[in-house]
Amino acid sequence: MQMFFEILIAFFLSVSGIFGFVGSFGMIKLKDPMSRLHAPTKATTLGVGGVLLASILHSFAIEGHLSLHELLITLFLFLTAPVTALFIAKWHIHRHESPETLPPTGEDDSWATHAVEQEEDVPDHTAT
Amino acid sequence: MKLLHRIFPHPHMSVLLTLVWMLLANSLSLNSLVFGLFLGIVIPFVTQPYWPDRPKLRNWPMVVSYILIVLWDIVVANVTVAMIILFKRDADRQPNWICVPLDLRSPEAITVLAGTITMTPGTVSADLSSGGHNLLVHCLDAPDPEAVRDEIKQRYERRLKEIFE
Repeated sequence: MQMFFEILIAFFLSVSGIFGFVGSFGMIKLKDPMSRLHAPTKATTLGVGGVLLASILHSFAIEGHLSLHELLITLFLFLTAPVTALFIAKWHIHRHESPETLPPTGEDDSWATHAVEQEEDVPDHTAT
Repeated sequence: MKLLHRIFPHPHMSVLLTLVWMLLANSLSLNSLVFGLFLGIVIPFVTQPYWPDRPKLRNWPMVVSYILIVLWDIVVANVTVAMIILFKRDADRQPNWICVPLDLRSPEAITVLAGTITMTPGTVSADLSSGGHNLLVHCLDAPDPEAVRDEIKQRYERRLKEIFE
């Protein structure tokens, strides 16, 4: 039985290593910034998830006590990863996209990031 | 009933905070349960003015099935994205912006949908239209943007609409 759990833990660790590597590799291989954003938000989720599953299994099967605060790391990762991705995407839209390069918005005037740009210009800090 | 409402403005959040504290403490002792309950009562009470609305979850079995579907999709997403990164030539890839018209209106539901889109196959939610009626999504590899849009609407938005509205 011990053997079985050890193989399972090793499997999860290998999976997480592979996906962590692919995620980082994607940062080099993909050429445009928006596509680069895909690699770390996804490949890494399974990468971290694998380590955490292995950690839960290890504490349960080898050390003999149940430890679940790894689940919290997963939860926080799921809450923070989309927010980080959204920040980087918004930065990209500000700097590199115009309303013409994005798809039309249907009944609304513009995308929120561009709407802000129209309303208030960036404050001039050089004046003081 | 009204008093109970005052003391527990967000009962779901109270339960969640208690659970999170017990997981953080990593023990099932009475000690951590009492302190977790204390946090679960005090934090929603103190932050009440900043969060007046109370999102109603209507369909609990649907919440569970939604979480399971998303978890499964995340695993599939990882494999799909890994395959694209490793084996697809960069020139063959067709990155694309798509616009998803939203039927959802509650801010909580739109937040969950945007988060789900970011975590699942080859899509990242990038922006919301100024009126909040459309979601801008970037696809890593989408030869057929319409199909991606329909899948998001069918698979996630329909379920979220049943849960929140």
